[in-house]
Amino acid sequence: MIPELGHFALILAFVLALVQGTLPLVGAARGEARWMAVANPAAVGQFGLLLLAFLALMYAFVVSDFTVSNVVQNSHSAKPMLYKITGVWGNHEGSMVLWVLILALFGAMVALFGRNLPPTLKARVLGIQGLIGVGFLLFILATSNPFLRVDPPPLDGTDLNPLLQDPGLAFHPPFLYFGYVGFSMAFSFAIAALIEGRVDAAWARWVRPWTLAAWCGLTLGIALGSWWAYYELGWGGWWFWDPVENASLMPWLTGTALLHSAIVVEKRDTLKSWTILLAIVTFGLSLLGTFLVRSGVLTSVHAFAVDPERGIFILVLLILALGGGLALYAIRAPRLQGGGLFAPISREGGLIVNNLLLVTATLTVLVGTLYPLLLDAVGGGLVSVGPPFFNAVFIPLAVPLVAAMGIGPMLAWKRGDLRAALGRLWFAAVVVIVVALGAVWFWAGGPVLAVLGVAMGLWLVASALTEMAERIRLFRIPLVASWQRFTGLPRSAYGLTLAHAGLGIAILGMVGTSVFRAEVIEIMAPGEQIEIAGYVLTFDGVRDVQGPNYISNQGRLVAESDGNQFVLTPEKRWYPIAQMATTEAAIATTWLADIYVALGEPRDDGRWVIRAWHHPLVPWIWVGSVIMVLGGFVSLTDRRLRVGAPRRARIGASVQPAE
Amino acid sequence: MALTRKRRRMVWLGLCAVGLGTATALVLTAFDDSLAFFRSPTDIAERSVPLDGRIRLGGLVAADSVERIGDGLTVEFLVTDTAYDQIVRYEGILPDLFREGQGVVAEGMLSPEGVFVADTVLARHDETYMAPEVAEALERAGHGPLIAPAAAGVEASTVDDHYGTDSLVQP
Repeated sequence: MIPELGHFALILAFVLALVQGTLPLVGAARGEARWMAVANPAAVGQFGLLLLAFLALMYAFVVSDFTVSNVVQNSHSAKPMLYKITGVWGNHEGSMVLWVLILALFGAMVALFGRNLPPTLKARVLGIQGLIGVGFLLFILATSNPFLRVDPPPLDGTDLNPLLQDPGLAFHPPFLYFGYVGFSMAFSFAIAALIEGRVDAAWARWVRPWTLAAWCGLTLGIALGSWWAYYELGWGGWWFWDPVENASLMPWLTGTALLHSAIVVEKRDTLKSWTILLAIVTFGLSLLGTFLVRSGVLTSVHAFAVDPERGIFILVLLILALGGGLALYAIRAPRLQGGGLFAPISREGGLIVNNLLLVTATLTVLVGTLYPLLLDAVGGGLVSVGPPFFNAVFIPLAVPLVAAMGIGPMLAWKRGDLRAALGRLWFAAVVVIVVALGAVWFWAGGPVLAVLGVAMGLWLVASALTEMAERIRLFRIPLVASWQRFTGLPRSAYGLTLAHAGLGIAILGMVGTSVFRAEVIEIMAPGEQIEIAGYVLTFDGVRDVQGPNYISNQGRLVAESDGNQFVLTPEKRWYPIAQMATTEAAIATTWLADIYVALGEPRDDGRWVIRAWHHPLVPWIWVGSVIMVLGGFVSLTDRRLRVGAPRRARIGASVQPAE
Repeated sequence: MALTRKRRRMVWLGLCAVGLGTATALVLTAFDDSLAFFRSPTDIAERSVPLDGRIRLGGLVAADSVERIGDGLTVEFLVTDTAYDQIVRYEGILPDLFREGQGVVAEGMLSPEGVFVADTVLARHDETYMAPEVAEALERAGHGPLIAPAAAGVEASTVDDHYGTDSLVQP
């Protein structure tokens, strides 16, 4: 009965979304306050119904209801409870329900917390949000019903893919979706602004928190995914330029650009039409990611059994949202008049450079991701675009971006003084040069790229700290006065420092592991030793371990260096229900480096293939990412976002008819 | 020097052109040496297509062909599209799902002696899935269109939207 209730709740949510997507929009166009007022209860109701559907699906997984097809395919009675719950979104149908649930959550939040939004803008935003909901709920109901029953029910399920039975991956999709779907808010605000025909500082102030929240979620989601890839795939790679990764990176890049251009709209009342375009494109790229992943059009995208119908459905949604959005943009954007003028060397100019580089990087990633698809479509043969391509195009664009990131925050709005800004950065520059030279010396003519990478990371950290020191006039006025200035700063100032410094730390981690990693591979008998990066690894042999739904060969190695001792237990697991083997690497970290050991195949004579890596600085990638997210959160608590936007002048008779 | 609207628009256009130009230049230079074309064992045997540069080889691992040579870390095996076999050499740990009779995609270069030296071996971790390269190789070798077999009774399982890389278990 409960699955049917869930299904029914989904259908009701679809109907409510239809109401939410039509009446408020018409009401806003005709100035009917009561029609517009429908948006609020509809948005909250839709969220409630979807929550009900989601909980119903979760219930089916938790009690292992094997009359539900989705549970049969993705669960097993012996599966640990955590993965029964996370298994709800570990499959196509369930993850779509999570997708629309988060979409409705954002809608409900606007309905509940957007009290100070002008009623027409709010009605239009919720209306657009409702239309997106209509599209995706229809998609679920028509092609991906998670509550489908099977008759006769099997005795037990086929288990969740063992690679997904992992805490890192369990929480990766919710954050990723929070990011993807969060950008729908920016999209809805952009479309609503286009319909209204006005974009002003108040609008930017409403959009920014939603974009910031989405950006935080997406950053965390991407970081969790790469962390999972690092420890689960068994060789310590953390980024593969795989199409699915690119699908999440592209909205992140344009979302980051949006985050920064929205500041310009808010503070300087300019770059409006560009910001609107970015909002449309960012959500479009989120949808493109969804399409690429679920349609299986790309080779290395993991779509195992693909239903072409689903791909076409999402493609149509993508074309409607992106095409409709861009068409409306083309009609309405010329009406948006830019405000403040500025010189090329200014904070605005710096942010434009940031935007251009981010968008260019997105374009190159897009080309690399879609090229195999296009070539195949025109009969040019099957081809794969690998990491060398992406490294060759992405790094040259990242270098100037990072350089500009250090200088930009030092420039004044409107008209900046580059020489003064550079002068204030002398301390950062000195630190960078000294440490970079030290790095060259230490690694005796180490690769140029490595030095460049280390310098870039340090530059970001040092310039972010310098910027903060400048703000509080550290060492120029008494420390107590500096401290008072520090505590008096707006939260967004802390956010800037944290986010920029966090990226610097992450870059150091990326460079450290990419350039300086060491690797040994050896066939070892128990008692034998290998040495890597100053550590001596002693192999103690392999024993059998019984897990809840797997059996495992668990190796034991002891790593020793200067009195530091770690025990490493890499495993090879066999999941009999899913008929799959997985490799569980063992990692010991000193926070400056990781020792990473994977267990290979056994030999007939009782020896085992052991592969060990030394990954310097690798934990910094995720520490840095978390600091970036923290910066986002701190910025999100800024007073001016909490208190809300300045009151708009009355719109009065200038209400535009809807397109 | 505040810019007039017109001049500002020109600067905007100029910046966009620079951005696009940079992107195009980077993409074109990078494409030159980092594209890996897909080839089947038949392509290699018949030498009907250019075989220099990086290649992705797809097919099935031939039964009883996996052999360890030398120190035991290097593996040789045959990849077949049923029409022709191609010998592949690889050093390292094979992916968990690498099995005889299963689909495999190897990436690397063809040596002058005709051995395919792979630096990457990919095996899908889902038994019901067949990589498009493998399917195409078999199809071209005269097997008709192949469709990934679905598990009996229920739809084949899908695992979506986590990480692309988890489908390709990379050694």
